[in-house]
Amino acid sequence: MKILNRRQRVILGIIFSIIFLAAVCIFGSLGTEAARVTDFSRKNLAPCAEYIFGTDWLGRDMLVRTLKGLSISIFIGIAAAAFSAAVALVLGIASATMGKTVDAVISFIIDLIMGVPHILLLILISVALGKGLKGVVIGVALTHWASLARLIRAEVIQLRESPYIQIAAKLGKSKWYIARKHMIPHLLPQFLVGLVLLFPHAILHESSVTFLGFGLSTEQPAIGIVLSESMKYLVTGKWWLALFPGILLVATVMVFYVLGESMRKLLDPGSAHE
Amino acid sequence: MNRRWYIFILKNLIRIVLLTVCISIVTFALMKASPIDPLQANVGQAALGSMSQEQKEKLEEYWGVNTPPVQQYLSWAGDFVRGDMGTSLLYRQPVTKVIAVKLSNSLMLLAIAWILSGILGFALGVISGMNRGRLADKLIKGYCLIISSTPAFWLALLLLMIFSVWLHIFPIGLSVPIGVEASGVTLADRIYHAVLPALTLSITGVSNIALHTREKMIDIMESDYVLFARMRGEKGWRLFRYYGFRNVLLPAVTLQFASISEIFGGSVLVEQVFSYPGLGQAAVAAGLGSDLPLLMAITIVSALIVFGGNLTANILYGLIDPRIRRGGAEK
Repeated sequence: MKILNRRQRVILGIIFSIIFLAAVCIFGSLGTEAARVTDFSRKNLAPCAEYIFGTDWLGRDMLVRTLKGLSISIFIGIAAAAFSAAVALVLGIASATMGKTVDAVISFIIDLIMGVPHILLLILISVALGKGLKGVVIGVALTHWASLARLIRAEVIQLRESPYIQIAAKLGKSKWYIARKHMIPHLLPQFLVGLVLLFPHAILHESSVTFLGFGLSTEQPAIGIVLSESMKYLVTGKWWLALFPGILLVATVMVFYVLGESMRKLLDPGSAHE
Repeated sequence: MNRRWYIFILKNLIRIVLLTVCISIVTFALMKASPIDPLQANVGQAALGSMSQEQKEKLEEYWGVNTPPVQQYLSWAGDFVRGDMGTSLLYRQPVTKVIAVKLSNSLMLLAIAWILSGILGFALGVISGMNRGRLADKLIKGYCLIISSTPAFWLALLLLMIFSVWLHIFPIGLSVPIGVEASGVTLADRIYHAVLPALTLSITGVSNIALHTREKMIDIMESDYVLFARMRGEKGWRLFRYYGFRNVLLPAVTLQFASISEIFGGSVLVEQVFSYPGLGQAAVAAGLGSDLPLLMAITIVSALIVFGGNLTANILYGLIDPRIRRGGAEK
């Protein structure tokens, strides 16, 4: 028996995702102080009713630390998404309006960014900016636009050949007019979906780079740092230090994926009415 | 194979050379921008502190601190092409040698993971695409969603926790047993140590390939010729073998070669967790230890590997798809 139809279920999923993410952000932002408090009377506690995630070797509450780290990750994701959105849109429109030479240059730059393995690029930028959280944030923000731009560019190239755009051009509309009135409305749904699906990548890369030891800072326990610290205590059997923060990280990333896919289902005319 | 096909390959080659040059320029610029003092990095803080001003100036001249960046770049690039990549500050050895050793360690890991994830991902994607909406599809989709949300390093940690710490089946790290001479290390030892890292890399690599193959397979299954074949009663393996296989192979090849970059990125993390002395770990060590010559060389070598993969994919395209081979490559 199905009480809700597919569309309603998808909307419900979106609402739950947003509530989950908002909760992580809010609790993470509130817990800045609590994440740093050390209390040796409660160190190395296995998960129990009071500390569901347990505590680490300095008596810090792992739940608070994890939430704090994840909220930092989400904020970095927002920064990366904002920057990528701007770049991808500008480049996409440029390759739509400015002809083949510009288009060739743009695809060359995209290939350039994609040519170096992503993690390595992040390491390079982090070193260039003198390690530290700033380097990680800027690095993640600067490197994620390429995939979105490639998506938009492919779509623009397809659109350029479509009859209604060609007719508009034949009618004497300017390229700028066509881009504004015909292309952007068509691209917007895909653009939004691409933007949301950018978050998982940004968060995974951010956590990976901080895990490797770049952007180390004691005040800002990024999720990667929390996990890399727990690695040292893994062999002594403190499994909860790595398990629970990791599960929450996976959950956050997954929520973004679900969010993106749900949005795609709603916005795509082919599946919007199923 | 006609002339246009060769021109197509040639164009690709020129593009790769151009891209590599650009990457080297960007890398060099980034390293120039870093706040690391070349004198301090090469000589060491303590030695630098005890030197007189004159000595420092001599050293600056020797290391070329004051020559213009363009000239610095040209001399570095010139040496690089001739095979002199400089001296690694961390390992106190020529960079070429460090990379050769590390790469040979990594290569086995990368190759196993690449092949395994490619075949598994392809198979899962095809199964899931052909059974769209059924249980198998849902299971595979769910698995892929979970895996692609899981950071590679955390998966490595989990496997390490389960197999090494609890079950003691596999070693905790390194590529060879501890306390054994280099000559005493057997191939079996190496494989034994590579199992867990390779497994982690394969698991993470599968999801992306499977999901994309699934999309393509669904497109194919919805096409008219498959509908017609189904109408005639074709199904299962025969349907896949004679109608789906060649069509889905093309995007799969692109995916497989495009995944090199991702596998390499994953190996950086996995090698770090398993302390596996490969190229990825060297990159992290170089980054953390401000070993700029090594870092630049690794960047360029990895970029060459990625571009080589893309080129191979383009060539294979021609072999698989007769339309491209006969000159349809240019749209």
